[in-house]
Amino acid sequence: MAQKVLIVDDEPSIVLSLEFLMQQKGYDLKIARTGDEALQFIDEFQPDLVLLDVMLPNKNGFEICQYVRSKPEFTSMKIILLTAKGRKQDIEKGLAIGADAYITKPFATRDLVQTVQNMLKK
Amino acid sequence: MIPNWLVFLVSFCYLGFLFAIAYYADARADRGKSMINNPYIYALSLAVYCTAWTFYGSVGRAASTGLGFLPVYIGPTLIAPLWLLIMRKIVRIAKQQHITSIADFISSRYGKSSFLGGLVAVIAVIGIIPYISLQLKAISNSYTILTTFAPQSVSIDHASVPFFEDTAFYVAILLAVFAILFGTRHLDASERHEGLVTAIAFESIIKLVSFLFVGIFVTYFLYNGLGDIFSHAKSLPDFKKFLTISHDSGVTWDEWVWITFLSLLAVMFLPRQFHMAVVENVNEKHIEKAIWFFPLYLFLMNIFVLPIALAGLLHFPANTVDADTFVLAIPLAEGHQWIALLVFIGGLSAATSMVIVATIALSIMVSNNLVMPILLQIKTFLSSRSTDLTRTLLMIRRGSIVVLVLWAYVYFRIVAEYYTLVSIGLISFTAAAQFAPAIIGGIFWRGGTRKGALAGLIAGSLVWAFTLPTPFAAQAGILPDSILTQGLFGISFLRPYHFLGLEGMDPISNSLFWSMFFNIGFYIIVSFSSRASFLEHSQAVLFVKAPWSSGKDGQYQLWRGTSSVEVLQALLIRFIGERNTKRAFYRYARDHQTDLTKLQEVDQEFISFAEQLLTGAIGAASARVVIASVVKEEPFSVAEMMNILNETQQAISQKNALEKKSRELEKATAQLTKANARLLELDGLKDDFVSTVTHELRTPLTSVRAFAEILYDNPDLNVDQKTNFLSIIIKESERLTRLINQVLDLQKVESHTMDWKLTNISMGDIVNEAIEACSQIAMEKNVICRGEIPDDVPVVQGDRDRLIQVMLNLISNGIKFANPDFGEVTVQISVNNDHLQIDVRDNGIGIKEENQRVIFEKFRQINDPDRGKPAGSGLGLTITQRIIEFHQGKLWVQSAPDKGSTFSFTVPFKRKEESILP
Repeated sequence: MAQKVLIVDDEPSIVLSLEFLMQQKGYDLKIARTGDEALQFIDEFQPDLVLLDVMLPNKNGFEICQYVRSKPEFTSMKIILLTAKGRKQDIEKGLAIGADAYITKPFATRDLVQTVQNMLKK
Repeated sequence: MIPNWLVFLVSFCYLGFLFAIAYYADARADRGKSMINNPYIYALSLAVYCTAWTFYGSVGRAASTGLGFLPVYIGPTLIAPLWLLIMRKIVRIAKQQHITSIADFISSRYGKSSFLGGLVAVIAVIGIIPYISLQLKAISNSYTILTTFAPQSVSIDHASVPFFEDTAFYVAILLAVFAILFGTRHLDASERHEGLVTAIAFESIIKLVSFLFVGIFVTYFLYNGLGDIFSHAKSLPDFKKFLTISHDSGVTWDEWVWITFLSLLAVMFLPRQFHMAVVENVNEKHIEKAIWFFPLYLFLMNIFVLPIALAGLLHFPANTVDADTFVLAIPLAEGHQWIALLVFIGGLSAATSMVIVATIALSIMVSNNLVMPILLQIKTFLSSRSTDLTRTLLMIRRGSIVVLVLWAYVYFRIVAEYYTLVSIGLISFTAAAQFAPAIIGGIFWRGGTRKGALAGLIAGSLVWAFTLPTPFAAQAGILPDSILTQGLFGISFLRPYHFLGLEGMDPISNSLFWSMFFNIGFYIIVSFSSRASFLEHSQAVLFVKAPWSSGKDGQYQLWRGTSSVEVLQALLIRFIGERNTKRAFYRYARDHQTDLTKLQEVDQEFISFAEQLLTGAIGAASARVVIASVVKEEPFSVAEMMNILNETQQAISQKNALEKKSRELEKATAQLTKANARLLELDGLKDDFVSTVTHELRTPLTSVRAFAEILYDNPDLNVDQKTNFLSIIIKESERLTRLINQVLDLQKVESHTMDWKLTNISMGDIVNEAIEACSQIAMEKNVICRGEIPDDVPVVQGDRDRLIQVMLNLISNGIKFANPDFGEVTVQISVNNDHLQIDVRDNGIGIKEENQRVIFEKFRQINDPDRGKPAGSGLGLTITQRIIEFHQGKLWVQSAPDKGSTFSFTVPFKRKEESILP
């Protein structure tokens, strides 16, 4: 069975590019455009990995990350924070609250795909 | 009826106990363990205010006038908070100057005037003696009632009892002994009398406890509580008058207010109150406690007055018993003799405490302000070197105590028969009130002069004497009755109770009003029209500045004196004794680190020090005279005087210059602090701004890079996908360009580097041009865009390109948010008084109230979950607003959800020249 990836972002163009890249590698996909949607899909879809933007309507990425880490049933769920907030303190904060990786935008598509693949192989 | 011997025994046991307490406290103080360094003892000692008049008289007054007994206690309660201002200042001055009485205080303030001090002493003695005799009368009365009470009427005829059978006589003698033993221990009256204060505080407790006891007994044992008494009292014919203040109840509001005013002065300026509050004060801080504790004491003392009065009236109908004696008569009538005895002790304590303190306070005035100045006039007195004056001085003070007490006793035997307790008390109050203008004016107004104080005091006390004691004397038959009815010499303007034809006031209010009127009036007018002497002026400065200066500065040296240590030492030894002198000299030498034995001539500072030492013993004015007798004074020459004045003037101008500089520096510092805070704030804003701009730039860049890489890595994509991806790259690149331009614009406006080109422009043209430029995107979005422009729009000054940018921004916003199905955007220009208003109206989703402010902030876009993120940078409205601010207009929005939005701005016809920059 294909592994499941949840894309969370509110920029339509970026969502489109991520969707293309993940589909190419054959993952099962779901897309959330707001924070609330993201929480809903994490519960229902139970993805193996979440590509998570930080600046989102109604809930930000940090809050979603914290939510996932607070639930024991999601311990194996991988989270990659994907964001244009590139300040040092933003990166530290993201890793501190339990993200597995922090990739700043704009990203190299190959690196992104590689990171996702490595994480899901383990 | 209680046997004579028992009452006698109890009274003398009580007094014996009082002696023991005072003796114990003095002994402790000698061992260095002070009892009175305690704020509660201080506050209790102030309760010497409550005399036999309170103890017996309040009930009497309540029985005849209802609430009329209260103002005497309301006055002190009202003034108490102000003690922090008035009493604290007086205490501080008194300590600095070694002042020991109210006469000394006034004399010292007005240039150490002997005459003024003597005058105050005379007024005090004449005003207070009746008050002391009243206490003796109370003791005597209560004794008689206790020993002869029969349920029927009691008539007391003092005249028939020879004085050697009168208990009051022996009590008076004992009180004089007490006052001598514990009130004249030290010669320096500014030293504290520990035993006296402790005993007075103890007496305050006794009188309060016994009064509360009889109150509780009457209220809860004879009746079933307050409610019960009042419901019984309803049967009294004039019950209503006890709870109201009106003409019928015997006390009017006017009288109420006047007596309140009178007693708030009396509580500070009665000699005994001044003595307790100022002279015996150990620590200024005690006043802070006293301002609530003392009113609390008065409150407790008054709780049961009205219930006892009502109970008395119910018990003894038809005036068979004098209401002043209800507290005693009720327990006796009920057969509770022990309670009556307790009440008697309470009354005794109230009376004795007053007699003791008042006598001591008066004796200090008499000896220091009356006898001393007269003795100093006798040349041989000072020159006869053989006598030891300390003993003489103490004898004078002790002798005056005996004389005062006996005088009061005689007065009681002869005159006091005719008065009720309250009336004499209020007469004394009014006498004490005469000191108020000179004291309060003296500590707050530098302009008050000796002549002013003299004139005020003389005028006020003459009016007092004519309006209060004179009519009493007339009523007693000493003076002809016609004074009352027809006036002095038959002049109707000189009727004591209707002075100067003033009608409709009770005697006390009438006297208080007129005496204060003349006292204050003369004090102010004469002060203004007379000049102060040097000494007066320097004392005035010292008194008015008191709480804020350490005492040294402000004491001008206007004369120079020379003398030797030996001469001064010999002089001091004669007045205050060898031990005290040596001790004081030793302290002075230690504090100033000088060896006095080696000093040939002493300086001015040492002479002032010696004068202060003497002041404590013999009063300020006398000390001045004594010191002057041994010091060779050399007045300054004119040249020296001019020198001093010059120096002073220079010092003042330098001080002023320094103050000015310091204020300027303070201002500059404040400005710098503000600027710094603003810079920090801007720095923080800049940081946020950079972070946000970076974020906004990275977002389109992410899409551009991602799709470019996808296209590069996947050459075999189908044409549709390729076209789609490429169009995204183009669209996001455009977004990037637009954003960069806007950031640059904003940066220019905000850093004031925007290159504005002001010309005369027509807003109509600009609107048309902008609508034209937007027609393409309007068509794409299927929005109708039109302008409503009147024919003759006045020309305004502005930057054409920037105003077009504003219009484009607002119109494209309107198109973006207009109704997707039948969108409409209308631009309207209206001409107002002094400005144009341009409205851009769309029929879109509208903006919620809470968001209407947010949209003008940088990078703030309203993110609607249903519609996704709006296109645009989030800077458009901020830039628009800055441009309009530059044009001296306003930008605002009116909107409601689903009702569309209207963005409006104004452009004034005339630019104001100032504030070109927003």
